Amino acid sequence: MTTKLKEVDVVIVGLGWTGGILAKELTEAGMKVVALERGAPRSSENDYSLPNIRDELRYVVRHDLMQDTARDTITVRNNPQQEALPMRRLGSFLPGEVVGGSGVHWSGHTWRWTDMEFKVRSNYEERYGKKFIPDDMTIQDWGISYAELEPYYDKFEYTAAVSGKAGNIGGEIKAGGNPFEAPRARDYPLPPLTPILASEMFTDAARNAGYHPFPRPSANASQPYTNPDGSKFGGCQYCGYCQRFGCEANAKGSPHTTVIPIAMRNPNFELRTHSWVTKVLKDSDGKRVTGVTYTNVLNGEEFEQPANIVLLCAYAINNVHLMLLSGIGAPYDPVAQKGVIGKNYCYQTGAGATLFFEGKFFNPFMNAGGSNATIDDFNSNWSFDRAPHNFVGGYNVSGGFNTPLPIGYRPVPSGTPLWGSDWKRATAKWYQTAMVINAAGSVMANRYNCYDLDPTYRNAFGQPLMRMTFDYHDNEHKMGRHAAGVINDIAKSMNPTRLNPATARTDPWTVVPYQSTHNTGGTIMGTNRRDSAVNKYLQSWDCHNLFVVGANVFPHNSSYNPTGPVGALAYWTADAIKNRYVKNPGPLVQA
Amino acid sequence: MTKQELDRRDFLKGAVVGGAAAAGTAAIATPEIALAQQSSPAAPVAAPGAAGYAFLNLDEAAFVEAMVDHMVPADEISPKGTDLGVNVYIDRALAGAWGKGDRLYMQGPWKQGTPSQGYQLPLTPAQLYRAGIEATNAHCRKVYGKSFDRIEDAQRQEVLVGLSTGKVSFDNGLPARMFWATLYQTVIEGMYSDPIYGGNRNKAGWAIIGFPGIIAVHRDHVEQYRGKPFPNKPLGISDMS
Repeated sequence: MTTKLKEVDVVIVGLGWTGGILAKELTEAGMKVVALERGAPRSSENDYSLPNIRDELRYVVRHDLMQDTARDTITVRNNPQQEALPMRRLGSFLPGEVVGGSGVHWSGHTWRWTDMEFKVRSNYEERYGKKFIPDDMTIQDWGISYAELEPYYDKFEYTAAVSGKAGNIGGEIKAGGNPFEAPRARDYPLPPLTPILASEMFTDAARNAGYHPFPRPSANASQPYTNPDGSKFGGCQYCGYCQRFGCEANAKGSPHTTVIPIAMRNPNFELRTHSWVTKVLKDSDGKRVTGVTYTNVLNGEEFEQPANIVLLCAYAINNVHLMLLSGIGAPYDPVAQKGVIGKNYCYQTGAGATLFFEGKFFNPFMNAGGSNATIDDFNSNWSFDRAPHNFVGGYNVSGGFNTPLPIGYRPVPSGTPLWGSDWKRATAKWYQTAMVINAAGSVMANRYNCYDLDPTYRNAFGQPLMRMTFDYHDNEHKMGRHAAGVINDIAKSMNPTRLNPATARTDPWTVVPYQSTHNTGGTIMGTNRRDSAVNKYLQSWDCHNLFVVGANVFPHNSSYNPTGPVGALAYWTADAIKNRYVKNPGPLVQA
Repeated sequence: MTKQELDRRDFLKGAVVGGAAAAGTAAIATPEIALAQQSSPAAPVAAPGAAGYAFLNLDEAAFVEAMVDHMVPADEISPKGTDLGVNVYIDRALAGAWGKGDRLYMQGPWKQGTPSQGYQLPLTPAQLYRAGIEATNAHCRKVYGKSFDRIEDAQRQEVLVGLSTGKVSFDNGLPARMFWATLYQTVIEGMYSDPIYGGNRNKAGWAIIGFPGIIAVHRDHVEQYRGKPFPNKPLGISDMS
């Protein structure tokens, strides 16, 4: 028995960054909006406060803010010949499951993706010829330009309190910033965070090697800040508990402390938590959607929420899952290379070295989410010639720390025993005197990396789990070897006492351990309905009143973290809906 | 494990058979309370670190105590594993939600799959631990004639190396490396999680590496302690509650 509710203008599925931005923007435009969030209503005051938030076991190891895989998970395999099996607990990536979504537990790294990505196929074909791109690499242009998105990047950076140093303002290169970034209209809202010793040492070494280091732009407020909407931030406390945690200092740009409370104050808005959306409903002619069905997970009751506009704003994987479960758009078939829903799932790759400096105290526990320094010389730097190395894409390299908490991080030189007194002595000696240099690398789309519905396993609602087929291919292996070489050269130039060098990964992708919560693709954007699921406004080609918002629209994955363009595209889509769609509902781009 | 403790277990087994539950309770409590008092004379014992076991039976308790004291021996760096409460942490973790399979997708069909597909056993962590201890003890009896807690230190080392490298395989079909991965992870958690969970007693685990715990603010420390050691006086959640 499904209870049919009163129709609203807009229903939003998932209330993280994208849902929060759209909820605020559309309620302010006078639209009646209902948001359905699967998770609980947690707040900074009540949940992310001292001392309880500083609990590595609860938040990092036990995944307190993350999706509950007992209720819904995915199945995984490396290639279509394998049988997919369920990811029985989280590991490689960590989708959030509370009000604020993954915007609560991210570390805040905020990048502007540029035409390097948006015109990826055109760029490489023009410079290197069509044959440079392997046949099975299904990269394609995105159908959007950096110039179109620039004001929306700006809006997101000022909303989320991004601290950083501009490298290019209006075409003028600025010392101390990223000289390879695309031109921005103005600087970041806040100056960079105070550098830590490890990032300073990396900066010096990278500069001496001829590279262009800069402080990593990050939504960790370097000082108290009030954003243009009036949301107040405290200054970052460098507490070391950033990624995987809510911020008790209100210093991390998060939707539950910015856009969501603003929407909540608007009488046009209603939030229903513990609401699990099971399906998007199509009209009889298949040209529109009419709303969604959802289950109240507190009592199992089922509802239909009719709406004029449906916005899928869940985690990237869940958005694609809902499209497949709802039968909207043609499912992708990697053999025939037909269909679009599930196409071009991408992930990220990387390599890392640990450097040990006897007697040097890095104090790794004093650390902001974004206090690392970075070089972009092998990523957005188009004058880095890929031809001799024969790979598409790039990687950025950072020096510093990532979540250096003691259950997960106790670096020791290779060859140290795993237990006993010698092990204890090594951890005692090196915990504070080691630092890391990491590369984060892009993953280009491959025809066999995709999603579909699993034929065997089901979730708690009786629906098929999503099946993920993914592995790294030759392109990523070549890039990994190049990145490991660059990392090791920088590391050796710093003369560490001991070095665990970076090695290029050659093994298949595995579901453990944690790697990156940057899952992209599946409902990709593009210029036509043959090879993409949504147009440049993230509007479904099939149902014009359905918008699918999130990293699921990225046709490939870059080396950068995804939240910058995820936030910018949410504002861009909000403008398209407010200013164009509601005045004349229909396709915003003619198919 | 000392001769005296082995005798305690033998005595308790006899006591339970004989139905003398009260005698058993007293015998369990005495050494644990003594231990807690010894390592923490001033502070009252917090509930998670309180004496007694919530999950482990006698054989399992003997295995876990021997295992954590072998992996974390007493030396100039720290007290031994049982004095850190690593055994208590493991017991409470197995007895609690995680041990019972919280957040674990437990629907079949069950297949081992490839290593890249991760954990695929039809067991909760507590069931895995129980079966793993039983299988390890069976292996020890076969090879050395005694259970893990009664063999020599060098033999314990050989068993743990065998588990960690995959050289030991279990007759009951349980994948030994899956057990090892869970066992090792729980030892690390027992050393380095907040003391509210029963391990890392007196924050002596954090003190090994100089981790300061849950300091409220480091904003000024970044400059003040740049390149310098930070005072090793860790704070835990209960210190700030």
